Amino acid sequence: MLLIRCPHCGERPEPEFAYGGEAHIARPADPSAVSDDGWAAYLYLRTNAKGLHAERWRHTRGCGRFFNALRDTTTDRFIATYKAGERPPEGPR
Amino acid sequence: MARQRFSGLSLLWNSLGKHRGWREQWRRAEPKAEYDAVIVGGGGHGLGTAYYLAAEHGLTRIAVVEKGWIGGGNTGRNTTIIRSNYLFDESARLYDHSVKMWEDLSQVLNYNVMFSPRGVMMLAHTVHDVQVAQRHIHANRCNGVDNEWLTPEEAKAYCPPLNIDPGLRYPVLGAALQRRGGTARHDAVAWGYARAADALGVDIIENCEVTGIRRDAGGAVEALETTRGVIRTRKVGVVAAGNTSVVLGMAGVRVPLESFPLQALVSEPIKPVFPCVVMSNGIHAYISQSDKGELVIGAGTDAYTSYTQRGALHVNMHTLEAICELFPMFRRMRMLRNWGGIVDVTPDRSPIIGKTPVPGLYVNCGWGTGGFKATPGSAHVFAWTLAHDEPHPINAPFTLERFREGHLIDEAAAAAVAH
Repeated sequence: MLLIRCPHCGERPEPEFAYGGEAHIARPADPSAVSDDGWAAYLYLRTNAKGLHAERWRHTRGCGRFFNALRDTTTDRFIATYKAGERPPEGPR
Repeated sequence: MARQRFSGLSLLWNSLGKHRGWREQWRRAEPKAEYDAVIVGGGGHGLGTAYYLAAEHGLTRIAVVEKGWIGGGNTGRNTTIIRSNYLFDESARLYDHSVKMWEDLSQVLNYNVMFSPRGVMMLAHTVHDVQVAQRHIHANRCNGVDNEWLTPEEAKAYCPPLNIDPGLRYPVLGAALQRRGGTARHDAVAWGYARAADALGVDIIENCEVTGIRRDAGGAVEALETTRGVIRTRKVGVVAAGNTSVVLGMAGVRVPLESFPLQALVSEPIKPVFPCVVMSNGIHAYISQSDKGELVIGAGTDAYTSYTQRGALHVNMHTLEAICELFPMFRRMRMLRNWGGIVDVTPDRSPIIGKTPVPGLYVNCGWGTGGFKATPGSAHVFAWTLAHDEPHPINAPFTLERFREGHLIDEAAAAAVAH
């Protein structure tokens, strides 16, 4: 079980959270201009990174808010969590 | 070196010699400079692919490269359930192709894979479950796949440990039974294919991790870079399960996969008490008893993508609570071991078997939480795909293009695990 630091509530156990998939995937601004390949990429293609992964979590059984996290998928260690809308933190990785 | 055939007589003969006459079942091969085809991933699907390439398509210079040891990934980590009661026509054809191959696989390979069609029973706990199960039964029958409805009493007659007390939090309202389903011995599948492939000249190269894919000026595959040197080849079949995204990434190919940890556990071994496979999608439990006597229990995937081959305890507890409710006689059983594997999950929970945009690079992946059952059929059609440079009619609907065209085969509801 992971300990996850909600940027609003602090560190809480994993069952309080729901995983929200890869972060920073923006819906196309002009949907009618997107090709079939573009839609397939937006809907289905994910980085599936082995290593650092930017992902969304939601503190469902806490504040209910979405936030983002940087996690190493080879160790499950969280590098950082940050609020929705913010860019992933820079620095030593 | 000629392969030793296994038979009752050879067992008797070798027992007279105090079993000192058995030889290694496959060679410890060194990588050669060049092959006609290289399979990346030495699990059941990969070894099987090499075997069928050699046995049915006449390719002789084939290697299987495996970063660890053969059968050490998901082939050795799953709960060995075999069934073909999938909803959609495309899936029924693919998975039933496999079940039919399981039926005589031991004879074909001359290796006892211990296929045991003891029946797979899927429980229904709610009105919705009942409707879904009956829809599956009708769809299966239209496709020639056996599946039948059991009342709670009939389910208990088939599996006496089952608790059908109507007072349960999630009572058993009935079950769908596929009698041709069952289990097989997971390691024996890898070993049997390895031995049979080796006898046809396939090089099985363990501890050989692929680190790069070299392409020529036209973009086609020309060589693999590995931890044991460069191997030239024009055909590469990637069968790397949870690590598929990583391997294909070396050729710049992105695939719609996410890798999740999936856990399983076994109890201490006990006398035979559990006659079949029981699964519950609704409250998420699946259980059978191995021939060694352990209860084999499958838990769910963790919520997040990971490559750690381990999962969280609360995921196992969720399944064990369901098992204890459905089978109260196991409440005081002790669990012996638990472990995780990394499963590659597609958006529609159906596999991807076919070509990639890179010439000479083929992929068989996305089996998610239920690939073991498909091992022979998957290997068979993937070998055909490599040999003919186009998909076999059975896997033609399962290519990468379906995600662009929108022809998804959405088996999420039919998969073993409540995703």
